[in-house]
Amino acid sequence: MKSEKSRARAAVAYLVGFVFAIGLGLAGMTQPQKVIGFLDVMNWDPSLIFVMVGAIIVHSLAYVFIKNKKSPLLDAAWHVPKSKEITPRLIMGSALFGIGWGLGGLCLGPAIVSLGSGQQSIFAFVLAMLLGMWVFNKVEKALPFKK
Amino acid sequence: MSIEQIITPLMGGILIGLAVTIMLVANGRVTGISGIINGAMKRVEGDTLWRVAFISGLISGGLVLFALKPGVFENTTGLGFGQIVTAGFIVGFGTILGSGCTSGHGVCGISRLSPRSLVATITFMFFGVVAVAVVRALTGGAI
Repeated sequence: MKSEKSRARAAVAYLVGFVFAIGLGLAGMTQPQKVIGFLDVMNWDPSLIFVMVGAIIVHSLAYVFIKNKKSPLLDAAWHVPKSKEITPRLIMGSALFGIGWGLGGLCLGPAIVSLGSGQQSIFAFVLAMLLGMWVFNKVEKALPFKK
Repeated sequence: MSIEQIITPLMGGILIGLAVTIMLVANGRVTGISGIINGAMKRVEGDTLWRVAFISGLISGGLVLFALKPGVFENTTGLGFGQIVTAGFIVGFGTILGSGCTSGHGVCGISRLSPRSLVATITFMFFGVVAVAVVRALTGGAI
């Protein structure tokens, strides 16, 4: 049995996904050449800076009001990560992600959104990405890092 | 740099900021796409529906964008299949190892002034720049 709140949370998540997708499209994040241009010091396209600026201004202002609330509207408790520890795992993972981001010009959200355009290369990217996650989960215990 | 090159990405960023704010206020969650997808694959009882709904929202948004404004999916990179698949694999593996990507660390975490997310964002930006520079050097400048 799904509770009413869990349905409401799913409806909100759907809406959030939808708005997020439109935002990514407007932002230019679904055009790999823009992302690569943003990361290219030899021929820099700074436009994606404004995506981060817009998103961070809105969310950081909202966060000031949200953080003192006892609980979210549709759940009993917060699920926000609290860890402050800078671990080798965090650095290694972020470095790998950065390399992949620069190689393909796509990160996860824009790749999923771009599935809607039906391009074969996007399906290949997303399948490889899911495989990367699956492999990580298989080998996680054998890795020399703690969380 | 034209005003459009500033206003359009800024509008996109504001929408992204609104979306992650709704997720936090209503569901108490960080909109970290890597974590949401990875959690959906684990199919934990009671923790899957909202994840699948979010991913469906992303795909629906993509379909609507493709119908109304297909130019946002323009891809002029002409990257080879091997490079695309390698990039996808590293992005998937790396984001789960590093507990986040551009959305979770870059937007949500930085907005909360999370030290982990600040370090993660600086790290993936730096290595993204390095990757593009290396590819540029190896291919003689053509990207």
